[in-house]
Order: sequence, then C-alpha cells, then structure tokens
Amino acid sequence: MAKRIDVSGLNAYYGSFLAIEDISMAVEPHSVTAFIGPSGCGKSTFLRTLNRMHEVTPGGRVEGKVMLDDENLYGAGIDPVAVRREVGMVFQRPNPFPTMSVYDNVAAGLRLNGSHRKAALDDIVEKSLRGANLWNEVKDRLNKPGSGLSGGQQQRLCIARAIAVEPDVLLMDEPCSALDPISTLAIEDLIGELKERFTIVIVTHNMQQAARVSDRTAFFNLAAVGRPGKLIEIDDTERIFSNPSVQATEDYISGRFG
Amino acid sequence: MSHASLTPRRSSLRGATLPKWFPWAVAAASVALGLAVSAAAGLQSSIQWALIAAVCFVGGNYGVSARVEGRRQAKDRVATSLVWVAFLLAVIPLASLIWETLKRGVKVLDGYFLSHSMGVVSDTEPGGGIYHALIGTLEQVGLATLFSVPVGVLTAIYLVEYGRGRLAKAVTFFVDVMTGIPSIVAGLFILSLWVLILDMGPSGIAGSFALSILMIPVVVRSTEEMLKLVPNELREASLALGVPKWRTILKVVLPTSLGGITTGVMLAIARITGETAPVLLLVWGTNFINTNPLSGPQASLPMYIYLQYANSGGEGAAYDRAWAAALTLIAFIMILNLAARAIARWKAPR
Ligand SMILES: Nc1ncnc2c1ncn2[C@@H]1O[C@H](COP(=O)(O)OP(=O)(O)OP(=O)(O)O)[C@@H](O)[C@H]1O
Ligand SMILES: [Mg+2]
Repeated sequence: MAKRIDVSGLNAYYGSFLAIEDISMAVEPHSVTAFIGPSGCGKSTFLRTLNRMHEVTPGGRVEGKVMLDDENLYGAGIDPVAVRREVGMVFQRPNPFPTMSVYDNVAAGLRLNGSHRKAALDDIVEKSLRGANLWNEVKDRLNKPGSGLSGGQQQRLCIARAIAVEPDVLLMDEPCSALDPISTLAIEDLIGELKERFTIVIVTHNMQQAARVSDRTAFFNLAAVGRPGKLIEIDDTERIFSNPSVQATEDYISGRFG
Repeated sequence: MSHASLTPRRSSLRGATLPKWFPWAVAAASVALGLAVSAAAGLQSSIQWALIAAVCFVGGNYGVSARVEGRRQAKDRVATSLVWVAFLLAVIPLASLIWETLKRGVKVLDGYFLSHSMGVVSDTEPGGGIYHALIGTLEQVGLATLFSVPVGVLTAIYLVEYGRGRLAKAVTFFVDVMTGIPSIVAGLFILSLWVLILDMGPSGIAGSFALSILMIPVVVRSTEEMLKLVPNELREASLALGVPKWRTILKVVLPTSLGGITTGVMLAIARITGETAPVLLLVWGTNFINTNPLSGPQASLPMYIYLQYANSGGEGAAYDRAWAAALTLIAFIMILNLAARAIARWKAPR
C-alpha cells in the first residue's frame, strides 16, 4: 500500500513568484518524514505539490518531477483527481464539512467518488474512526454534525476522513498547531500507528514533535524574504537533531536562528 | 499607585452613569414636549410634533448625558438615539401601510373572493374575485423562477468557482447593468422580440421571459455572495480527498450555502411578483380564467389591482377589490419571505 516518493528538481511558482527552488528528496514507504524550517520557507507549498493541490491556488505552477513509485505525478496524462485519491492530506486547521454528520464526513471521500453500499460503508467508517482513535468518543453521536466536536476531535475526524479513502501517502500540514498537548499526543501516537499502513509526511514547527514522531527530517530555509525556499538537508531524525551536517540546521534547531 | 486612586469615588475606571430608564424618560418627555409645543403653536400635523419630539429626544439625551456622564458616553447616546429615530422613521410608514391595507383589504377578502374570477361581474358591481389573477401570477412567477434560478445559480457558480479573466469580468459587468434595467424596458425588449419579430400573441410565458430578465441578476448577485462565503478550506478538503471539482461544488459548496441561496431566490421572487409593467405589455390582462400560460392574455395580481383601482373612481366595489387583492399580494410575499427564513434556518450549518 504505502508508496515511495522521489522528488527531483522541483520548482513551484505562485504566478511569477518562485516560492521553492530545485528540491530533490526521497521519502521511504512506511516512514514518517518531518519538514521543519522557518515560516514562509515553502514547507506547505512543497507539501501541496506532492498531491497536486498546489495548482488549485490561482497562478500555482510546478516544474520538475515527483515520482510516486514509478509514476511521475506531473507526467503527461496524469489525472490530478486520481493523484489526490492516492495521496491524502490533513490540513492545519480542522475543516470538517459543516453540513455533514460525523458519519457522512468520514464517508464523504467514498460517497463523493461514487456509490458504495451501506453495509460496506458502515464498516469503512468504523474502521477509519478506530484508526483515528476517535471511535469511542463519537460512536454514540455518528449522526450529529461533525462541526460540533472539539477541535482535537475534529482534527482526528479529518484524519479519519483522509484515511477512509485508503490513500498510499498521508500528508499532514501542521496537524497539531491548533491543538492542546493531550490532543497533540493522541495524534502523535496515531501517526506512529498509521505509518504501518501509509507513508507519512508531516510539517511541524515543533522540534520536539519532529524528534518524537519522525524517522527522517528535512530542513528547509530561505536566504531572504522574497527569495525562494530551498531544501537545506534531509537526514535521519537522530542525526539532524544531534549532529547535522549543515551549520544552518544546527542554528535553527538550537534556536540560534536569525 | 497613590492611595487616593484606590478609593472608589475617585477611581478612573468608574464614572457616573445614568439609570437604565433614562432614555425612556427622555423619550416620554420629548413626546410630551412635542405635543405641548404643537398644541400651543396650533400646529395640525402629527409629523410636526413627531419631528419636534425626535429633535428633543436626541438633544435631551446628549445634553443630560454630557453633563452627567461625560462627552464620550454622550456621543454614544446620541448615536443610539439616532438609530432609534431612524428605526421609527422606517417602521412607522411600513406599519401604517400594512395596517391600512389590512383595514381596507379584509372587507371583501374571503373564500369566495379567492376562488372566483371577474368573468361575469362588471367592474362596478360587487362580487367577483381574483382567482384568475392568482392563477396568472402563480404561473408567470413560477415560470420566471424556473427560467431564472438555473441560469442565475449556474452563472454565479461560474463567476465564483471558474471565472477568471476577461469573460468573468464581462459577465459581472453585464449582470450589474442588468440589475439596473427598468422593468418597462425589459417588457419592451421581450415585446419587440417575441411579439413584433416572432409574431406571437400576448401570453403568460412572454411575461415570464421579461420577469426573468429582472430576476436573473438578483439571483446571480445573491448566489455569488453566498458562494463566496463558503470557506476555501472546505473546497480544498474535498479536492484533497480526490473528489472532482464539479462534485465538490455540487456536494460540498452548494449544500453549505443552500440556505442563503434559497433566501436570495425567495427575495428575487418577491421582487418580481409585484411587477406590473412587463405584464401590462406582454400579458395584457383579462377578466377571465386562463390557466394556459402559453397562449392568450392572462391576469396577474398587480395588474388586477391597477385595473380595479383605475375603474373604481376611488370608491365602491372595485375599490374594495383592489385593496383586497393588494392584501393578498402582500400576504403572498410575506409568506414567501417567512418560508425563505424557515428554509435558511433549517439548512444552516449547525
Ligand atoms: N496563495 C499564495 N499566493 C502567493 N504567494 C503565496 C501563496 N501562498 C504562499 N505564498 C508564498 O510562498 C512562500 C512559501 O509559503 P508557504 O505557505 O509554503 O510557507 P510555509 O513554510 O508553509 O510557512 P508556515 O510555516 O508559516 O506555514 C511564502 O513566501 C508565501 O508568501
Ligand atoms: Mg505552512
């Protein structure tokens, strides 16, 4: 299920503004890769190029190659909609569909992509909610609106919604930045479990979080405001946090940045 | 911190406040003053004493408050009292309009009136009713809604979800222009197209074409605003699940804004239901029941009101019928608005 991502020579633009330049990296299947770096260095932008969400922004444009196993996501004839089914995404702010119940939110990806029989859907919804560690909290209120849950529960609902469509890769853009420490811990535990099934990429501003959950860490930086963001280095998390090979990484991690 | 500032009387956070009933007292005093002044000066019109009272109300609030509470609170009170005066200015004519219509309208408004036409009643005789006009209005407005809502909603979807560049700008511009088209011009346009060029006779459907011209821009505008209110995150959440864009719009964006769109459509319907000019040109009006909107003249409520009033000379049976029909029209629009609110509340995201 989980797939390998191999990026080479990737540039992403907003209109004529080059936001990230010449990024190459590999993400191993069944691993958690964390992206760290200062605000505005293009972590979100890069993440969104991995499931072709970047081009949803007006003016968004990408150059380069993103290989998912042996298929180039930016190759000719690739359907972005099909890509997004294989590479799921969880956003910084929980965004359950407000008109839908908890159940419908989890089922949304499947329902909106075609018909599914009720019994099969029930199974998938329960499995996904269990997978997101939310089942026990919501099993009695599956038909209540999803927006009535707490922030942390909503975020796990969004994770359940994303894993219900069985993607190969799960991208998470600062999934815990709006959550309390306990919900954060719940989601970090969840990430540890989910990597058995998916390839996971997570953006975070929280160094301890990157150190706790990830196997590999990528550090992004930008030379100056208005300049494109670049990948400085990517390595095993332990090495990045103990003995990085680039001085800028060490400065950033130890808080001596800027 | 000095010791003096801790004693309650000298605290900078606490100031003298006027009691809750103060504005009411000022209002009562202003009304009394207004009445007294007009009685003394022999003024006849109630508008005059009301104006005097309004000025006293605003002035009194400011004067007393400025002396007791200070200038900032006084300004606040002036703003509040101006809002109240404006509110009354807006509500009094509305209330009196509804009251007048009710008073005069209920005289002949009954089941018979709603279920009979003017077919065998001459304008000066009592009896008769608005059945034919009701049918006409319902059919013409219904057809116009049927034409306008899909066109309007789809245009708004194009503008918000897809529209970029020249075409979108042009569409927005022409929608704005359409908003300002006088209803008589819309009527003339359809007249020249439908009747003069295509050589069709008067019919309900011709009227609904003209009404659509008036309705489409309203639907586009209101739907556009509602679609813009749908947060982008929801679209992205859906797209990121691998849902195609058109399905995202259909299943996520539209349901989220359905309440608002419905309200907009209802308001647009209310707006065209009262239109007389295009109906006059294209549907002509009749005293007989014509349930077929595709051919032959039809009646409609606004035109019925106009014709009855024009033939009445200001009194008698026709005059009463005009008021009763007006009451029916207002009630119809009121019910539509209430329905719109109910739908909006029912469909609002909880
Ligand atoms: N929609 C957009 N249009 C134009 N420029 C954008 C857009 N979104 C982001 N940018 C620019 O692209 C650059 C990278 O932004 P991005 O959001 O990827 O940063 P980030 O690393 O995720 O920052 P943060 O840690 O604050 O989330 C920034 O210079 C930003 O101003
Ligand atoms: Mg970001």
